[in-house]
Amino acid sequence: MPGILSLITFSPLIGVAGILALLLLGQPEDARTVNRAKWIALLTTLATLALSVLLVVQFDPTTADFQFVEERPWFAGLHYRMGVDGISVLFVLLTAFLMPLCIAASWNSIQTRVLEYLAAFLMLETLVIGVFCALDIVLFYLFFEFGLAPMFLIIGVWGGQRRVYAAFKFFLYTLLGSVLMLAAILAMINISGTASVPELMAYGFAPEIQTWLWLAFFASFAVKMPMWPVHTWLPDAHVEAPTAGSVILAGILLKMGGYGFMRFSLPMFPNASEMFTPLVFALSVIAVVYTSLVAFRQLDIKKLIAYSSVAHMGFVTMGIFSGNAQGEQGALYQMISHGVIAGALFLCVGVIYDRMHTREIAFYGGLVNRMPWYAAVFLVFTMGNVGLPGTSGFPGEVLTMTGAYQVSTWTAIVAASGVILSAVYMLTMYRNVVFGEMTNPKLMTINDLEFREVMIFAPLIVSTLVLGFYPAAIFDITQTSVDHLVATYRAATGG
Amino acid sequence: METLVTVLVFAPIVGAAIAGLFGRRIGDVPSMAVTTGLLLLSCALSWTVFVQWTWGGLEPFTHTLMRFIHVGDFQSNWAIRIDGLSAVMLIVVTTVSALVHLYSWGYMTDDPSKPRFFAYLSLFTFAMLALVTAADFMQLFLGWEGVGLASYLLIGFWFHKDTANAAAIKAFVVNRVGDFGFVLGVMTVFWAFGTIQFAEIFPLVAANADRTWEFAGQNWRLMDLACALLFVGAMGKSAQFFLHTWLPDAMEGPTPVSALIHAATMVTAGVYMVCLLSPMFEYAPVAKNIVTLIGAVTALFAATVGLTQNDIKRVIAYSTCSQLGYMFFAAGVGAYQAAMFHLFTHAFFKALLFLGAGSVIHGMHHEQDMRRYGALAKALPVTYAVMMIGTIAITGLGVPPVFGLEPLGFAGFYSKESIIHAAFSAGAENGIAYFAFVIGVLVAGLTSFYSWRLAFFTFNGHARWGHDDHAHGEAHNANDHASAAQLETHDEPVAHADDAHGHGQDHKPHESPWIMLVPLLVLSVGAIFAGGFFEGSFIGHHQEEFWRGAIFNGPDNHVMEHHEAPVWAVLAPLVAAIIGLGVAAYMYLWKEGLGARLAARGGPLYTFFYNKWFFDELYQATFVRLAKLLGDLFWKGGDQKIIDGLGPDGVSAVSYEVGRRAGKLQSGYVYHYAFVMLLGVAGILSYALWAWGR
Repeated sequence: MPGILSLITFSPLIGVAGILALLLLGQPEDARTVNRAKWIALLTTLATLALSVLLVVQFDPTTADFQFVEERPWFAGLHYRMGVDGISVLFVLLTAFLMPLCIAASWNSIQTRVLEYLAAFLMLETLVIGVFCALDIVLFYLFFEFGLAPMFLIIGVWGGQRRVYAAFKFFLYTLLGSVLMLAAILAMINISGTASVPELMAYGFAPEIQTWLWLAFFASFAVKMPMWPVHTWLPDAHVEAPTAGSVILAGILLKMGGYGFMRFSLPMFPNASEMFTPLVFALSVIAVVYTSLVAFRQLDIKKLIAYSSVAHMGFVTMGIFSGNAQGEQGALYQMISHGVIAGALFLCVGVIYDRMHTREIAFYGGLVNRMPWYAAVFLVFTMGNVGLPGTSGFPGEVLTMTGAYQVSTWTAIVAASGVILSAVYMLTMYRNVVFGEMTNPKLMTINDLEFREVMIFAPLIVSTLVLGFYPAAIFDITQTSVDHLVATYRAATGG
Repeated sequence: METLVTVLVFAPIVGAAIAGLFGRRIGDVPSMAVTTGLLLLSCALSWTVFVQWTWGGLEPFTHTLMRFIHVGDFQSNWAIRIDGLSAVMLIVVTTVSALVHLYSWGYMTDDPSKPRFFAYLSLFTFAMLALVTAADFMQLFLGWEGVGLASYLLIGFWFHKDTANAAAIKAFVVNRVGDFGFVLGVMTVFWAFGTIQFAEIFPLVAANADRTWEFAGQNWRLMDLACALLFVGAMGKSAQFFLHTWLPDAMEGPTPVSALIHAATMVTAGVYMVCLLSPMFEYAPVAKNIVTLIGAVTALFAATVGLTQNDIKRVIAYSTCSQLGYMFFAAGVGAYQAAMFHLFTHAFFKALLFLGAGSVIHGMHHEQDMRRYGALAKALPVTYAVMMIGTIAITGLGVPPVFGLEPLGFAGFYSKESIIHAAFSAGAENGIAYFAFVIGVLVAGLTSFYSWRLAFFTFNGHARWGHDDHAHGEAHNANDHASAAQLETHDEPVAHADDAHGHGQDHKPHESPWIMLVPLLVLSVGAIFAGGFFEGSFIGHHQEEFWRGAIFNGPDNHVMEHHEAPVWAVLAPLVAAIIGLGVAAYMYLWKEGLGARLAARGGPLYTFFYNKWFFDELYQATFVRLAKLLGDLFWKGGDQKIIDGLGPDGVSAVSYEVGRRAGKLQSGYVYHYAFVMLLGVAGILSYALWAWGR
């Protein structure tokens, strides 16, 4: 099915057009207009999801080549190139999967400038999917960079009290990283004479140039992951972002960094990657231990989950730079799984925030008494985040550690202590929010999940458990591409 | 047979799903009926397998259901492995679980969340079955953590109680500490052997016996390293010294849970794993010594603490911990068969003791403090009888095989005797094994003392109940320090307790209903006969044909062969047990009240034992404090002061100054930022494209 990637990427813009039409024609604050816009957004994202499912079904997992490739000249000597392989195709599906849930989660909680909000989300979807499909490095950069703008607006306009501070911090960090990456991209084009990703992968940069290019890309991807010590924008951004914004931030935007490492750093700069592996390992395990301990002390649920995300991304970077099949597969798996679980955890926070307008752990307690279904749902994702076998949180963790063990046993040892710490902070938080007696009188009238919320959580629970018991569903798709990546990396580094 | 074992393993999870998801819709009784019914089915099928295995000549087999994790050589499947070890575990797990399901019909009568309780019990059983039938390390680990989850949920079943919630988290976290070692062990095995399938690893071990392995910057003997790391996992799950602190606290859960999970099955998973991995441990002499040492120390430690506790469940919990120590040092000296035998008999008599204690607690309206018991034999005759059987079984009273006598005794007698005997035989060449033998004899005496103390304190002497329920009066101010608070929290809450047994109205102890007594009677049969009946198969002349290769004894390991031991060594445990019985009888029958007076005096040794060697305080003061301290330091110092202070806040302070002067830093202006950002990106890009000439 030629052109399916462009169709998936740009289909959300059809919804944007519809919403713009409503914005121009009707009264944007009118309840009926708002309702129509919500349905337009929901149906658009569902259509995109349907197309993405079609994409994955048609995807041929037996080849490591890029598939569904589209290529045509653009302007100023640039090319429009799109294509996916086993590494990127699941991110497209993940994005398309989370988006309808985000729209549904925002159904009642966003009250101001709803149309603009929905348009921003649809724009974001186009740009994010574009990141994972782009096979031209300039095109990639454009999607990567412009993707910041809607997110920046979502935090800055629909965020909490300190939204401007958070948005500014987010902007500052990510922009600084990207400027360096842009310089590197331009240098690469200049040296190799091509902007095509497959050609750049095959080009083979000289080792001493690789070092500089690697560092420049690292600056950008490390901020996106985020890796320690450039992670402090994330908790602030999460705390201020509306629920759906957090879902996309944790679920998708963080994965752009890991994807970048696997798409660019490892295959294009293998020697530099090998050289900097100790650095990445060190930063990864620091992230695991340090941010887990910080998460343990948080008073705000969202901040706790944000810090926990940083720790989980530490496993991802560790796995990627292991350079073996276990590490890479584990890292990819961990990214997909974390997209589902962290997204779901932020939605869980959103449920009680919508009702009580606070995320302070101490405010809650004893929710299970009035919200048994919520307690059960929250428990599934808590255990997923703890990495319990049987949930999707497990295979990624164990495989990334296994991968790292081959390269450095110390790294695996320190990372394994994160397994203890994640249980400490997640279970403590869960206990303080859900268990115990209900002592706060304000909670006496809180209601359990409503139908809309059940519909949001159901697919997330199914994914968490199905992927937990049958992770082969993902490995079957990614295996060939990952094996190819590992083989070329090994060949280049003589490993 | 393959269909049969598949149904066997999956029946409990079907029950759990039905009761858990639809429990409220279908009601209490259907939920309980469906979970119990499926468990009984599972139990019947397990016995079929076991009978086929023992007398029907069933060959070991592995039934692979589907792939689990397949990445390169790291290949794990969903599989059901049937061999001697798993056949034994299947009947232990499903029998105790089925009986506990039945028992809970009576015990949990007043609880409002019965479907949830039964769903958790069945979920646990499924995870345990997945654990014992695993054919590779990943499924083993899945079951391992799955039982941990069920344990967490069941310890915290009464989520209103803060102590229960704390205990649940403690259990999970301490087990995770064990898992830390376990996963490192699995990784070591994987990278050393290139596989995580047991059947592929075991044949390679002998050839790798002397291989060295670099780990954490040191060179180690591969097998010792791998086995020691895996044993750390076993220490967590089986509550061995250093990682034992969660087990006594786990008594916060309902008593049927304590019987099933924290006595008969889950906590023995560590022992099971060591026996399963006997082909590896046999080539790891240092790791085996560690196992022996930790096992022996645990046996001693837990027994000393058990001497002084007043909560009936805590005494039995420490007893469990101590008996697990026996199993481990048996495995450590190479007598895996004896370890499994004790695991098997222990499951019956310990489940019996726990459920018997539950019957007492039920009859005493959820009072757990033995200082408020006494003279209950008349009020609870059946419970009294079965508790006596359990106590005789655990203390190992019997006729020893000396002076030409045929050995004769209850279940625990045979298994404990075989363990001590094995330690003695191994002790001829190994000092640590001899140490274990000495500890084993000593602890036999301690076990006898605390077990009989429990029995006499509860069922004999004068009644210490019935007068003045609420003032924590004379009966026990004789004792201690923190116990008033402790008492309150250790009582099991029961919904609408006031309605069920109104204060001051019907506060007489009462015997439990038949649905609770039947499981007790069935377990009594096991506690009496399981030893004598199965001795030949597990450790006797038929052991080779019974295990059929499931347990491996190295070429130099002759512990399980028949040795003549000197008479004194055979008699020693029995003599110790009789002394223990005598002292207990003296202190709690003839000189009733002597125990309380001694406790009141609170000598240093008593204080040390009573406070569990101060482990909780030690861990609280070190690990917990350190984690909090570092967490705060990293958060407030690292993130906020250093990283943010030098980074974005520093920059933003400057720009805020600029912004304030321009008077533009308002939320409405974020559009401007976005716009400027896009413009900037576009500008840089176009300039660059132009400048680079492409």
